[in-house]
Amino acid sequence: MAMMYSEKVMEHFSNPRNVGEIENADGVGEVGNAKCGDIMKIYMKINGDTVEDVKFKTFGCGAAIATSSMATELIKGKKIDDVLKLTNKAVVEALDGLPSIKLHCSVLAEQAVKSALSDYYRRQGIDPVPIVGEIVDEDETDIGSCALAFSK
Amino acid sequence: MEQQETIYFDNAATTQISGDVLDSMMFWLTKGYGNASSIYRLGREADTALAKARSDIAAALGVQSGEIFFTSGGSEGDNWAIKSLAKAGQAKGKNHIVTSLFEHHAVLHALDSLKKDGFEVTYLPVYENGTVRIADLEAAITDKTALVTIMYVNNEVGTIQPIEQIGAVCAAKNVPFHTDAVQAVGNLPIDIKKSRIGLMTVSGHKLHAQKGVGFLYADKRYKPAPLIDGGAQERGRRAGTENIAGIVGLAKAVVFATENVANKRAHIQPLADKLKHGVLSLGHVDLNGEGGERISGTLNFCIQGVEAESLLLSLDMKRIAASSGSACTSGSLDPSHVLLSMGIPHWKANGSLRLSLSEYTTEAEVDYFLQVFPPIVERLRENSPLWEKIVKEIPFK
Repeated sequence: MAMMYSEKVMEHFSNPRNVGEIENADGVGEVGNAKCGDIMKIYMKINGDTVEDVKFKTFGCGAAIATSSMATELIKGKKIDDVLKLTNKAVVEALDGLPSIKLHCSVLAEQAVKSALSDYYRRQGIDPVPIVGEIVDEDETDIGSCALAFSK
Repeated sequence: MEQQETIYFDNAATTQISGDVLDSMMFWLTKGYGNASSIYRLGREADTALAKARSDIAAALGVQSGEIFFTSGGSEGDNWAIKSLAKAGQAKGKNHIVTSLFEHHAVLHALDSLKKDGFEVTYLPVYENGTVRIADLEAAITDKTALVTIMYVNNEVGTIQPIEQIGAVCAAKNVPFHTDAVQAVGNLPIDIKKSRIGLMTVSGHKLHAQKGVGFLYADKRYKPAPLIDGGAQERGRRAGTENIAGIVGLAKAVVFATENVANKRAHIQPLADKLKHGVLSLGHVDLNGEGGERISGTLNFCIQGVEAESLLLSLDMKRIAASSGSACTSGSLDPSHVLLSMGIPHWKANGSLRLSLSEYTTEAEVDYFLQVFPPIVERLRENSPLWEKIVKEIPFK
C-alpha cells in the first residue's frame, strides 16, 4: 500500500520556499524532536505588526518539509493578527490535501509558527500565552505519542 | 549518465522476473492451462509439470519431493509452519515459542495471534551485530517449547543467523525448528539436513520468479496441518488449484539460485563494497549490523541528520528505487523494529536507508547512485535542524 502525496506537496518538497535562517531574527521557534522523526525551526523578522520575513529548517518526512514550506508562504508579509489565525487545516488545503497519517505534520507546522511568535512576544517582555496560546508539542517520552499529542 | 529507467536497489523487497523464468512459464500460461487434478491430457500434463517442479526443487535442496509444499509465498509459509507446529505442540501440552526480536512481520504477527490463544513467546535479543546468541537460545528453550522460529537472514540488515548451531540446539532438545529463509536462498549455500532445519519458508519473488508463489519445506517427520482447507492438493495439506506456471517458474528460479550462489556473490560483492564505501564516505553514516556476518547484497545505513522518507522521495526523483527500515510510508510512524531491536536509537533509525542488490545490478548503476546521492544528503542536511545539532554537538532529545 504505497502512500501518495499530491503534486503540490511534492512540488513544495522538491523546491521548498523560504529555506534557511534569519540572522538576528526577532522570533525563533522550534517544535518536534529527533526521536519522533521531525523537527521544525522557524525564524521570523517582525517589523511593527507585520511578519516581514520568515525562514525555516526542517528535519522530517516529505510532508513535514512541504507543510513547513507552505506555512511560511502563507504567513510571509502578513499582519501578526492574521498569522495568529493560521490553522493546520489551511496548510493542508493549500497543499491539496495530505494522507491522513501525515496530518500531524501540518499541526507541527502551525505550532512551529506559533512557537516563533511566542518567542517574539517573550523577547518583548510580553507573556505570549494569552495571545498565542499554549504550544502543543510532540512528547518524546513515548514514541506512540509522537503524532497522537496533536489529536488531543 | 542520463537515466530514464528505474535504477533498482530494492531487491530485498522484490526482484525482477528473469528471462529464463518467464520463458519456462509461458507455455503454462497459454497452451498448458489445464487443472492438474483433471483426468484428461491437459490436466495430466499440468500434473507432470507440477511433479517435475517439485522434484527439481527437492533435488536442488537435497531433500525429498514429498517434503516440498507449494504456497502463495513467504507470509503463507511462515503462518502455516508456525501455526501448524504450535497446534501440534499444544496437543502435547506445549504452549511456548522461541523466536527473535527482529523477525519479519509474517512471523511476529502470526505469533501475536497465537498469544491470543494462550501461547507464550520468548523473543531472543539480536544485539548490535544483528545476530542471535546460542546461549540465549539454550536458556530460552523449556520443556514447554513447541517450536523455535528464527529467520535465516534478516530482511532489513542482511545479517546471517547461526542456523546450523540453532538447528543443533533444537535437535538436541527435540524441539521443531522453523526458519524463514526468504532472504537466504540464492545468497548462501543452504544445507537443510546438515543444519537440521525442520521447516523452511521460501518465496519466489525474491529469486526472480513470480509474486504469489513459494514453498514450505517440511521434514517428513512433520506433517503440517492445513491452514487452507478444501481440495486434496499438496497431498491434502494445502487446498487450491495449483499455480502451475508460477510453480514451474519457481522451480527454474530455485535451481538457478542454488547453483549460482558463488557467481552471484562474485558479481555483487565488489559492487556492494563500492556502494558501501561511497555512502560511508559522506561521514556521520553508520552501516547497520556491521559486526555480524552479512549477505553481500543487502546494505543498511543510518544517514544521520536526515529523515528516511525525504531521502527516498529525493532518490525516487532521480529514478532510484530504495527503501528504509522505516515503515513510515506504509501507515506506521514508528521506525523499524529491526533497527530498534539492535539497540539503534530512534533518531538514527529515523534516517535509515536499505540498498539491496541483485545479479542484475551494474557498476554503472552504482556509479550513478554515488553521483546523485551526496548532493541529496547535502541538501537535506543543510535544511535539517537535527544536522545542525549533530555537527555543533548540541544535545538533543
